[in-house]
Amino acid sequence: MGVKETSSDSTPFNIPAERKSLPLSTRLSNLLRSIKRHRGIYLLMLPPLIYFLIFKYGPLWNAQIAFKDFKPLLGVWGSPWIGFENFKSFINSFYFTDLILNTVIFSTAKLVLGLPIAVILAIALHETVFVRFRTVVQTIVYLPHFLSWVIMFGVLLMLLSPGNGLINQVLEEFGLEPIGFLTSPKWFRSVVVSSYIWKETGWSTILYLAALLGINPHLYEAAKVDGASNLQRIWHISIPGILPVIVLVTLLRLGNILDAGFNQVFMLYSIPVYSVGDVIDTWVYRQGILQFEFSLATAVGLFKGVIGLALILTANQVAKRVAKQSLF
Amino acid sequence: MTTKTKVVRSGRKTSRREDRPYQIALAFFLFIVLMIIVIPFWRVVVTSLTPLNTYIQGGVPYFLPLRDWTVEAYKQLMTHPQFGKALTNSTIITIGGTAISLFLTVPLAYGLSISTLPGRRIILMLILFTFLFNPGLVPAYLMVTTLDLQNSFWAVILPPAVSVYNTLVMMSFFEGLPEELMDAARIDGANELQVLFRVVLPLSKPIILTIGLFYAVFFWNEFFTPILYLNDNDLIPLPVLLRNILISASFNEFVEFNAFSSTFIEALKSAAVLITMLPMLIVYPWIQRYFTKGTLVGGVKE
Repeated sequence: MGVKETSSDSTPFNIPAERKSLPLSTRLSNLLRSIKRHRGIYLLMLPPLIYFLIFKYGPLWNAQIAFKDFKPLLGVWGSPWIGFENFKSFINSFYFTDLILNTVIFSTAKLVLGLPIAVILAIALHETVFVRFRTVVQTIVYLPHFLSWVIMFGVLLMLLSPGNGLINQVLEEFGLEPIGFLTSPKWFRSVVVSSYIWKETGWSTILYLAALLGINPHLYEAAKVDGASNLQRIWHISIPGILPVIVLVTLLRLGNILDAGFNQVFMLYSIPVYSVGDVIDTWVYRQGILQFEFSLATAVGLFKGVIGLALILTANQVAKRVAKQSLF
Repeated sequence: MTTKTKVVRSGRKTSRREDRPYQIALAFFLFIVLMIIVIPFWRVVVTSLTPLNTYIQGGVPYFLPLRDWTVEAYKQLMTHPQFGKALTNSTIITIGGTAISLFLTVPLAYGLSISTLPGRRIILMLILFTFLFNPGLVPAYLMVTTLDLQNSFWAVILPPAVSVYNTLVMMSFFEGLPEELMDAARIDGANELQVLFRVVLPLSKPIILTIGLFYAVFFWNEFFTPILYLNDNDLIPLPVLLRNILISASFNEFVEFNAFSSTFIEALKSAAVLITMLPMLIVYPWIQRYFTKGTLVGGVKE
């Protein structure tokens, strides 16, 4: 997501302000001339625009089946309207609370536990004077971000499986019973949250590090002259320096609170842990694609999409006010 | 001014170096973090190299004795008939997908970077909207089935072909190019297309390479879309084969015929994990070069 300074609004078509006073006919002919001059560009932009029409706005058109009783034979347009029936049956269903709860628990825990760890790691990387060592650490901790959750699942199996997993092997050394971390409802949420933190924390330090490097070095020098301790220096200079970034990241993540990380949960979960692991997106997949409940699953997806849109727009407004920056 | 900053910087460094216990504690903390990342991978490597005999006698060891290791699991994996196919499929999807993604992303980003382009703002808003509002999985799935793309690589390549985020990063790069160069070309009589091909693209190799790498990583890692749309076992890419291996409980589920196995299923799983990771590890230094240079952080921060 692009995080950029709020730019002043310009008019559609970007007509420079001084030209606005020109008579309409002149403006129109200027516009036509400009369109003609850019016709090559329009031609080049045609394939991507067609792509957006088909693969981004096409699904938007299909989303109308949330309000219909979709029958594949009748098609999207031909299926009968049933109003908000699908939404009602979702909200009144017994799984509604569980799905929302699991989703929000995952995304909140990842934010609340992951963010402080990322900030601490970024500050530690910034504070250390061993430059080579810092580069090595950075290289290694960024790496997991680029691996898919399939690979992560494999790594987790080698760590957590009750037979040969490293952690269970260590537990057995201490005479403890092996634990089926991935299949136990008691442990599953912790596995999801901690494996996410393991994978993404390194990468998320990048933004904080950039902010830390932007802090005026004179501030640190002044702190030294005033005899500030290491912790005081971090608390009074580093933390305030990256606070705007922390606020932005938090807002953005709150805007995506209904995204629990589909790929991860899809890879890690299994029937024994559905009660604590099933999230909106995995449910939509099973119900919509595997059970052919197209309309109901679309309604749930749309429900999520609309709330997500509202949240992210709110987060953006708050960001503008609090951090004087907007997310997009 | 420069000297002054230098003095301040070095002054700051000495002040930190004076504080040895603090620096050692910091280094220790970073070392722990490093180990937390490395140990899981280490375990996968050890498991993949453990010989069957060692495994039967005492499970997977913490450390492998220097001579007591085998590449049997890798051999088993690579001689499996599905492996070669999956590797080929992954390669086609990655190269084809990256090419198509760039073909669509570069012109879009360039068009949007021209501030005088009539209609630019409307197009930008329409694209941003798709970034902010996602109608969900089923409508997208119905689109692919309507176009009858299932069981072809198009289903895996086309729907995610353009990333709005990558487009915005590239757009801000194009916007940052010196306007004078393009104006000079325009004064020389070049039209907008010639400006793109003769001036902009030659200057933009780094960003195109970076975004291309990010697309390639995306397509290489893709596993859910193939699961969704590719039901034919001959079409599945490497990550899906890896998933099938990972969720099989025993060796026999994966290799039906094998009664006298020369390795065990965890070794095979580990070898599959590492083989799937390998191309990532190879391109990683290039990716890393760009994000440490700040190309992407700049794009994110701006």
